[in-house]
Order: sequence, then C-alpha cells, then structure tokens
Amino acid sequence: MVTLALPRLLLARDSARRAGSMVERNVAALRSAYWIVMVGGFLEPLLYLFSIGVGVGALIGDIRIPDGRVVGYAEFVAPAMLAASAMSGALSETTFNFFGKMKFMRLYDAVLATPVRPMEVAAGELIWAMARGTVYAAAFLVVMTLMDLTSWPRALAAFPATVFVGFAFGALGMALSTFMRGWQEFDLIAAVQFALFLFSGTFVPAQDYWPPLRMLVEITPLYRAVDLIRGICLTSFGAVQVVDLIYLCALFAGGLALAGRRMARLLLK
Amino acid sequence: MSDPRPNVVRVSDESLVHARGLVKRFGDFAAVDGIDVDVRRGEAFGFLGPNGAGKSSTMRMVGCVSPPSAGVLRILGMDPARSGSRIRARLGVCPQVDNLDPELTVRENLTAYARFFGISRRVARQRAAELLDFVQLSDRASSRVEPLSGGMKRRLTIARSLVNEPEMVLLDEPTTGLDPQARHLVWERLFRLKQQGVTLVLTTHYMDEAEQLCDRLVVMDGGRIVAQGTPRELIERYSTREVVELRFPVPDQGAYGEKLAGVGERLEVLPDRILLYVADGDEAVAEVHRRSLGPSSALVRRSSLEDVFLHLTGRTLVD
Ligand SMILES: Nc1ncnc2c1ncn2[C@@H]1O[C@H](COP(=O)(O)OP(=O)(O)OP(=O)(O)O)[C@@H](O)[C@H]1O
Ligand SMILES: [Mg+2]
Repeated sequence: MVTLALPRLLLARDSARRAGSMVERNVAALRSAYWIVMVGGFLEPLLYLFSIGVGVGALIGDIRIPDGRVVGYAEFVAPAMLAASAMSGALSETTFNFFGKMKFMRLYDAVLATPVRPMEVAAGELIWAMARGTVYAAAFLVVMTLMDLTSWPRALAAFPATVFVGFAFGALGMALSTFMRGWQEFDLIAAVQFALFLFSGTFVPAQDYWPPLRMLVEITPLYRAVDLIRGICLTSFGAVQVVDLIYLCALFAGGLALAGRRMARLLLK
Repeated sequence: MSDPRPNVVRVSDESLVHARGLVKRFGDFAAVDGIDVDVRRGEAFGFLGPNGAGKSSTMRMVGCVSPPSAGVLRILGMDPARSGSRIRARLGVCPQVDNLDPELTVRENLTAYARFFGISRRVARQRAAELLDFVQLSDRASSRVEPLSGGMKRRLTIARSLVNEPEMVLLDEPTTGLDPQARHLVWERLFRLKQQGVTLVLTTHYMDEAEQLCDRLVVMDGGRIVAQGTPRELIERYSTREVVELRFPVPDQGAYGEKLAGVGERLEVLPDRILLYVADGDEAVAEVHRRSLGPSSALVRRSSLEDVFLHLTGRTLVD
C-alpha cells in the first residue's frame, strides 16, 4: 500500500509545484496598474451594499426570512452581495483574462513546452485568479461585521466558504472560456451573469417567486452560493447548505477537469 | 567548455529521436506523411524543405506538444503519450514563432521559465545572467520584451530554450530574421553547445546554415522525406562537384540550351542564366568557348546544398 501511495504523493507534489510556478509567473507580471483593478473590485460590492442594502433598504424596512425571523434589509442583502462579488471577481479573472492569455498572448504555448501540464496551468491560473477574490472577501466580511450585519464567528466561517464559491465560479469560467471563439461571446456571459445577479435570491427571497421560476433559479450556481453564504452569515447551516456545498464542489471539480481537457485539445494539436 | 578536442564530435548509437512511419494529420490532410527518423546523441540533425513541407509539424511532435496521428515515436527512449512531461523536462525548444511573455522583462522571461522546470530561484537567476551574456542581451535585461528588435527576441527565445540545460535542443528556423552578425553569433553558440555534447535538431531554409551546422539532414517535401544523408553525401548523390553559371547577352537564354547539349551531366535553363552541372567547371567553360558561344559571363562554383535542395524540391513555388 505504502509503496503504491508514495510515488503518487510525490507526483501530486510535483504537480502542485508546477501549478505554483504558474502562479509565480503571474506575480512577476504584476505591475502598478493592478492596484487600480484591485480597488475597483473591492468597491463594487460595497457600493451595491450601500445603495441597495442601506438606501433601498430604508424604503423596504424589515423583511421576514424563511426561518421566520424578521431582519433588516441590509442584513438580508449583504451575504448575497458577498457571494455575487465572489462570482463576478472569479469570472472576470477566468474569462476575460484567461482567454486573453490563451488566445492572444499565446502565453500557454510556451508553458506547455515545459514539464507543466495543461491541468497544472489551469490549476495555477485558478489559484491566482482567487488570490484577489480572497482579499475582497476578507475586506467585505470585515465591513459587514463592523456594520453589525453579521457576527465575528459567522464572518470567520463565511470566509473560507466565500473563497470556495470563488473557486467554483473560477473553474466554471475557465471551462467556458475554452469554448469561446471571440470577445463578442463574453457579452453573453456578462448578460447571463447579470441575470443571475438579479434573480438568485439576492434581492428578494426566492421563495416569493412563481414556482416554476423558483425551481429554475434553485438549480443555478449563484443561488446555491447565496444560499450557502446567507446560511452561514445570517440563518443557519443545515442540510440545504450541505447540498449547496456538494453542488459547488461538483462545479469546481467538473469545471477544472473540463478546462484542463479543453486546453490540451486547443493547444496541443 | 574547455574541450580538449574541440572538433571531435562524439556521436553515440543511442537514438534520442526514433520515429517510424510517423504521421501528423490535420483533418484529412497529412502534414507529415509517414517519416522514419533517427537522431543520435551528440549529433546535429537538420530538417530541410520548402514551406509547408511538414518540418514544424514534425518538430512539435518531437517536442511532445503535438500528439502523432499514427506511427511510432520515442523521444529520449520514452513514449511522448505517456511520459510527455518527463521528456519535456530534458528538452529545450525554440519554436518557429517567438512566444516570449510580453508581460515580463527580458530577465524574467528566463527566470520564470526556469521555474516551470522546477529550477530553484537562485540557480534560475544565475542561469539567466549567464544566458543573457551568451546571447549578448545583458544590457537589455530589465527591458520589456516588446521594444526588442526581432533579432533580439529570437536570441532571447534561443536563450530561453537553454535554461534547463537540455540534453537535446529543438530549433525551428533559429536564425530566420537575424542579421548576418546575429546569425554568426547564433551559429557559433550552437556549435559550442554541440561541442559540449548537446544534441541539436534544427530546421532551416538557409543552406549554408545546414552545411555549417548539420552532421546529417533530411530533405522533406509534401510531408515525406525525399533525401537524407550528410551534406557532402547529398551533394555527391544529387548534384555534381561543380556548377557553371553562364549568362548570354540575349533576352532569351533558352536558345542556348540546345547548343550546350552534352557539356555537363545536367543543364538547367533559368530566365536570366543557364546552369551547367559538371565534374570539372574549368573544363566545361573551355568547351563552351570551343563551341564559340561567347557568354557574357561564366562563373564556376562548387556545388552547394542549395543545388541539391532545388533539384529535389523543384524551383517553382507550388503552394
Ligand atoms: N494546426 C494546424 N491546423 C491545420 N493545418 C496545419 C496546422 N499546422 C500546420 N498545418 C499544415 O500542415 C502543413 C505543414 O505545415 P508546417 O508548419 O509543418 O510546415 P513547415 O515545413 O514548417 O513550413 P515552413 O517552412 O513554412 O515553416 C501546412 O500545409 C500547414 O498548413
Ligand atoms: Mg515551419
């Protein structure tokens, strides 16, 4: 058993190292302009939280959440903003940027002539894509806690969950990018993304939707992410949240595997 | 670097590239159509052939970034389909089109690339410095890649291919686009690598490059190998020892074709001159004068690989 497992472990370690070298390349490519992008990415969810959560929330007042409790609208919306920003951050890195690197910079052609494998490139790029999202998630959770929209222990638990949501969407975005032929098709992704943003139980509890629409919404990834994060930040972590986690795990694993396979098909021909 | 026998090339029987019936298809089209190749350790091996002959397609298969469609391929004794990553760890690759990283500096292009091979940061920095020196780019180390001239980028790509101290280097048209100085610099560097025992596999359109660098070469055309051997062997087999280039002071050189019949082994009429393939050039020129044909110029030169190449693959552009 041990003799069989050991070489495998060593191989996994090599793979992790090679994925890490891909991350290193991105760190080296980091230039000053990047900080502008960073600030923008952090501000976006915050602006939504203030304008809609606090601003519109003042008109709406309190709302009743599924477990029967009555909470302020900002409390209801904040976890959804967190999940949605994890999604959009991950998608922008893994669609636009990844596609540009693959198709226009032809960056990976050179990388794949080294021992690095397509799957390792995909994993490295995904880790890198999430580095930024991780900082955003932490900052946003701190703001939420300071505004008393959640508690410190809940925020602490929501942090890894948010990062994981980012990984799942990142893997999905990467897989999608490998099917894109030109920039125009990204408009389609952006449109779908915006629809998800509006209708995933973000601003209104999905229970209030017309039943067929509700069923449709419940199988989309952002709904599951919002449900998970809201469960941790606001309500409770139960069986449904376990389903959310399994769903996102499957999205992550499936997306990454598909991205690796497609990259090999596109670049190694 | 201080080799006691600088001009002795040690070639072993070990095959670093072993291909049998190797095929690469893109859809229905066979870019490489069943070639047999063996490259032995320590030799410099060349692929020649007109545009579209399948040289780059072959190089990519050898570099384990393009799966063969059929046939047998072993690189460093391993199967690319199963051990691609391990093989690539020991290869250096300079592709036909530079694919440097535009977001990194010249030096970072080498250090980041070294990291892909698992080379430590310290060693990577050291190698980058040595290699930049090797290709005379040290003064541009902190520059980005974009503003470099085409020739500088080419040299950087060649340097990058050496960052993992490869056993075998694959160079797809390494000197295309270089000025004469840079070309000679690259030739000299490649020659030094060869002396260190590095196996070189290269493609080229420059016949002088092939004659200078290659111990053995194959000429490809339409995805197949049409000739192979050492440069000397190919010249002996497919050409004559010397070539006489004659020009006549008339617009139509063709009229003289018949009058020259029998002077050499072979004769070729071009729009601006006539080529006579002969064993003894001076003797042929004497014969031309004996027939009192009066060419405006008669140049005797040694036959080159270029003559072989044109003879084998034709003078007209077919594609
Ligand atoms: N990815 C590809 N998809 C389809 N056809 C291809 C692809 N790559 C090469 N080909 C075709 O295969 C043939 C051989 O191309 P290859 O690049 O191997 O030629 P080459 O000998 O390197 O030519 P050159 O001297 O111009 O570099 C060409 O007809 C080319 O159009
Ligand atoms: Mg080519």
